[in-house]
Amino acid sequence: MSHGQTTLRFRENSARAVRDDTLRAAMRHAADTFGAKRADAFAPVADVEGLRDRASAIRDEVLSNLPMYVERFAASATRAGATVHRAKDAAAAREIIGCILAERGAKRIVKGKSMVSEEVELNAHLEEAGMEVVETDLGEYIIQLEGEAPSHIIVPAIHKNRRQVGNLFAGHLGVPYTDDPQALTKIARIALREKFLAADAGISGANFAAADTGSLVLFTNEGNGRMVTTLPPLHVAILSIEKVIPSLADLPAFIRLLPRSATGQPITSYVSVITGTRKPGDATGATELHIVLLDNGRSGILGGESKDILKCIRCGACMNVCPVYRTVGGHSYGWTYPGPMGLILTTLLTGMAKSHPVLDASTLCGACEEVCPVRIPLVRLILQLRGRKVREGFPDSMERRGMALFGKAAASPFLFALGQRLAGIFWPVARVLGGKDVARRMPAPAKIPFRRKTP
Amino acid sequence: MKVLLFGTCLVDTFFPEVGEATVRLLRRFGATPVFPKGQTCCGQPAFNAGYVGEARSAAAHFLTVFDGDDPIVTPSGSCAAMVKHHYPMLFRDDPAMLARAKRAGGRIYELSQFLVRVAKAHEAGLRGRGKVTYHASCHLTRSLGVREEPLALLSSLKGATFVPMPDSGRCCGFGGTFMAKLPEISCALAEEKAASIEETGADTVTGCDSGCLMNISDAMRRRGTEVRVAHLAQLLAEGL
Repeated sequence: MSHGQTTLRFRENSARAVRDDTLRAAMRHAADTFGAKRADAFAPVADVEGLRDRASAIRDEVLSNLPMYVERFAASATRAGATVHRAKDAAAAREIIGCILAERGAKRIVKGKSMVSEEVELNAHLEEAGMEVVETDLGEYIIQLEGEAPSHIIVPAIHKNRRQVGNLFAGHLGVPYTDDPQALTKIARIALREKFLAADAGISGANFAAADTGSLVLFTNEGNGRMVTTLPPLHVAILSIEKVIPSLADLPAFIRLLPRSATGQPITSYVSVITGTRKPGDATGATELHIVLLDNGRSGILGGESKDILKCIRCGACMNVCPVYRTVGGHSYGWTYPGPMGLILTTLLTGMAKSHPVLDASTLCGACEEVCPVRIPLVRLILQLRGRKVREGFPDSMERRGMALFGKAAASPFLFALGQRLAGIFWPVARVLGGKDVARRMPAPAKIPFRRKTP
Repeated sequence: MKVLLFGTCLVDTFFPEVGEATVRLLRRFGATPVFPKGQTCCGQPAFNAGYVGEARSAAAHFLTVFDGDDPIVTPSGSCAAMVKHHYPMLFRDDPAMLARAKRAGGRIYELSQFLVRVAKAHEAGLRGRGKVTYHASCHLTRSLGVREEPLALLSSLKGATFVPMPDSGRCCGFGGTFMAKLPEISCALAEEKAASIEETGADTVTGCDSGCLMNISDAMRRRGTEVRVAHLAQLLAEGL
């Protein structure tokens, strides 16, 4: 994953991904499974639409007063014993976390799953400083061994099948090959147990941050999240500012929506609420807690037409149903966040110059909007960003000239009819020249258009 | 009842037979279709690619050509959704145009919507034949909310068997300019759709959008699938 200014190559990446049959099969299987489980999980819930309305309203309220809620969260968390840091960008977040760990002589770090830490490329920074950073979420562990980035925000190794994982473990961990998922999980568990026990510090993300209590909320399934945040003496949490919710009392709506939308579970195996540091009498908990609140461009999004993307609660439902995502996988998008929410966030956070090609990665089918638990108008956001892409002059000149011509023809019946005739004349030529191009896939224009046969 | 027929640029240019079938159906159910000669395209290719100015000029032209009080009928869910939901977006800062856009949006019907809601064609006992499956196109269902009407029409056909398609609402990969910008993905999606069609064992696949049907038909040709592709208008008109 590169944060350089080179333009993302979605077209080239996706064209390669389409030809990868193993990837296609893994993606199809995973996306179908999650889609079906999601539907089953919501079936017994009464008034799902009302629940979505409530969750959407809570997120709207947060965004309407985000600086106030972030301040309130920081004050509450500080009262509870945490040290709160504000990082304006990725470099600041890396610097802050690197210093916290270095000052305490932390060498062995265990990590829970965190997309924000991917966004700021934290692991590479800490490894350069001589620390050992071990991902402990099974999927993240797998791709860390492979040297890959997550290809899904919830299911980071969604693109891999169990035979690939079996080969990976056999190659890296000195164990005999197996492709039995239970055996593979056990292998990872044994390897990770030692890392947990020896760790100097744990790094986690957070799904929500409650402003009234200063609590961090984590939804996890494997128990690793709880170990990362409670076993080592030092816990560093990194989260982006929009994860704040006004009150812990707002959590139930998200407990009902997030796991169902994400993995089709009625609730995750663990819902951890971490409020400050370990108090006298607490059975577990870190004795030192640092919370890093990342902005990285989000405050700038807040005032603009794309604001609604910050409502996202990172369930990944939009990618599971996206025809484009499920065909090409997350790596094709080229940055941290893939799929419909990802192409919007990528454009906003990395800039139009770098990311404009990923804006093409939607058929505008609207399947994403249909499942979004907080009712983000994803199609409208994509259309608006495409509008900005055109205004800022990113499409090539051929496209721009073609569209200008289209605009004129669409407003002039004479030019339109002329265009129809020209299409008829040039179609045979275009068809010969085009490969998978449109011309080759369109039928020949009719000899007599409908307009000359009409009542 | 006089209705203004919006043929759509695709039907006009490539599939006049769909337009002719639409005319026959409308006449059979007591409507008098009139084709305003000045019509061109709803502007969707430009709008979906981000060319707001060009889309606006297409939309303004449409609103002039289709001015009046008569219902507008079009054999395309996608174009009807464009007029109904995206024209107001294009003119949100222009109160006079916005009002015209909303009036047109209130008058426009996708063909199956008109046939069921206004003409009650699903109660007419139209004839059909063979096994028919149906692709539920994206804008028709998700944007326009037309889900039941095509199914009501298909299941009313005497002599035909309707067989549902697995995941019938999954995008076929057409997406207008999407098919040109990302042809590899577009073809892959259309081929998956073709595979779903094969799975049904149907001899005919139908739908309410010529763009999708064109894309699906192309994928079936590549795969060697021998299933007939017919717009719902054609299928219904055959049974008149």
